[in-house]
Amino acid sequence: MNFLRKKLDKVKPLFEKGGKYEKFGPAYFGIDTFLFVPNHTTKRGAHIRDGIDLKRVMMVVVIALLPALFFGMWNVGFEAMGAGHSFWEYFSFGALRVIPMIVVSYVVGLGIEFAYAIMRGHEVNEGYLVTGLLIPMIMPVELPLWMLAVSVVFAVIIGKEAFGGTGMNILNPALVARAFALFSYAPHMSGNAVWVANGGADAASGETILGVLGTNQMPTTSVYDMFMGYIPGSIGETSVLMILIGAAILLFTGIASWRVMLSIVLGASLTGLFFNAVGSDTNALFNFPWWQHLLVGGFAFGTVFMATDPVTAAQTTKGKWIYGFLIGFLAIMIRVINPTLPEGMMMAILLMNVFAPTIDHYVVESNIKKRKKRLQKVKA
Amino acid sequence: MAEEKEDLFSKKNISLLTDPLNDDNPITVQVLGICSALAITVQLKPAIVMALAVMFVLIFSNVIVSLLRNLIPSRIRIIVQLLIVASLVIIVDQVLKAYAYDVSKELSVFVGLIITNCIIMGRLEAFALGNGPWKAFLDAVGNSAGYAIILVIIAFFRELLGSGKLLGYEVLGHKGRTLAESTGVYHYGYENNGFMLLAPMALITVGVIIWVQRSKNTKLIEE
Repeated sequence: MNFLRKKLDKVKPLFEKGGKYEKFGPAYFGIDTFLFVPNHTTKRGAHIRDGIDLKRVMMVVVIALLPALFFGMWNVGFEAMGAGHSFWEYFSFGALRVIPMIVVSYVVGLGIEFAYAIMRGHEVNEGYLVTGLLIPMIMPVELPLWMLAVSVVFAVIIGKEAFGGTGMNILNPALVARAFALFSYAPHMSGNAVWVANGGADAASGETILGVLGTNQMPTTSVYDMFMGYIPGSIGETSVLMILIGAAILLFTGIASWRVMLSIVLGASLTGLFFNAVGSDTNALFNFPWWQHLLVGGFAFGTVFMATDPVTAAQTTKGKWIYGFLIGFLAIMIRVINPTLPEGMMMAILLMNVFAPTIDHYVVESNIKKRKKRLQKVKA
Repeated sequence: MAEEKEDLFSKKNISLLTDPLNDDNPITVQVLGICSALAITVQLKPAIVMALAVMFVLIFSNVIVSLLRNLIPSRIRIIVQLLIVASLVIIVDQVLKAYAYDVSKELSVFVGLIITNCIIMGRLEAFALGNGPWKAFLDAVGNSAGYAIILVIIAFFRELLGSGKLLGYEVLGHKGRTLAESTGVYHYGYENNGFMLLAPMALITVGVIIWVQRSKNTKLIEE
């Protein structure tokens, strides 16, 4: 590491103000601060500051994603090859399919980020570290790499840079990528042919549980399999257990909001209970047990990693409850009632992302009104 | 009158013609006529026909209203303008039905909706009522050309990326059922972008055009 530090220090003057490659400064400092702790100190005034900065936050989220990612790799192999192979056979098969997707996502996305940083002369933001890992994890394994690349380009440029870069985006960029891919290349993002990788020994039919329900049949998958994640689906979304480990990391470090997570689960449970109570002869989804809704599809992954994104979620305490509850409500509503979309989590989060600032606005306004009233009472 | 002393193609008159193409474009700067720009730009051909129809209606209505501007009582001017525009739209609609039935069916209700096209009402109110017919003519040509340019740009990208065609010709190759049956870029696994066929993508395309235009033309950037 010392060697790397020396190398970086040696070329530093070239990138500083007045240096030969001043223009590429943002790229240099981006790499430097990614590898080493920056030695910036507060220059004027005393500010109470947390020791954790954006880069550390992002790294914690990436670490929280790893269990789900590794399980996803294993599951890609397991779904494709069927029973009777060793752990490493499954894992290496899956890794060979998933790692290219991650590489494409990072190369394309970071390439655009660096290009923008140089063009606009600001620092490279770390936001893409998480987004770049999230995007492959919410895509089906059979998605062609160039489609993934196009979706990443769209998400980074239209979803993020157009709004002013990291921290300014209205919508979750990873979900923008997924929504773009879904509407652009629907045959590659839905149906029963995309969730299981080809090339396995005996490829099973790869319908997702929600897909089965969409054809008005009750799934035969056991609850244990749903919870552990031995089911077809997007790469990172299947294992509720691994996602819960990630959730524990996020909650323990205080990065994600437990209010958002809890209110989403509440909203979804109540909506699910409602549909169970109504029941239906023609739509199997009405009768799908409410608590199993929480185990299948992208619900767990969206709840833990997508909806809690601090940039796009509601900021106020009361707002977080409303925001989360409505996500849970809408996700189940779309799943059960909308016949064209088998999964509603993505649309629910994107829609509530749009409404989050409005929710915050009214929460803040009502607080101001309450305090004004109290002030009048004191005066009187 | 001062107006008649002015040269037919004075600088001021020319700017009436050229301003709407860029600095004062009806779609990207005034943000008018967005609805039709979203609705009929899935393919290039209807977009061109629509642009021509709007051009015809705008030019004639602008000139007619300009000629009548001193006779129209200002209280009922909107009704008079609507009558003029509506009669012109009916002419366009009938001509399209007679000579280009397919396109007319594709454009369906949007030909009739030219009546409510904000660009037309906007130009009549803002320009034709206060200027002579020659200026009104130039203004109409400029504005409808500005509208047409943006419409054609949007339709070009939407048809090319959304269905791989231009004016109905398969410029990117033919897509068969399998890769072996396909030609052109489809042979290498390329696929059309279905999102381009949906209205939201038209809106995003307009947004990107505005973005590109403003970064080139710094006059347009507000404080």
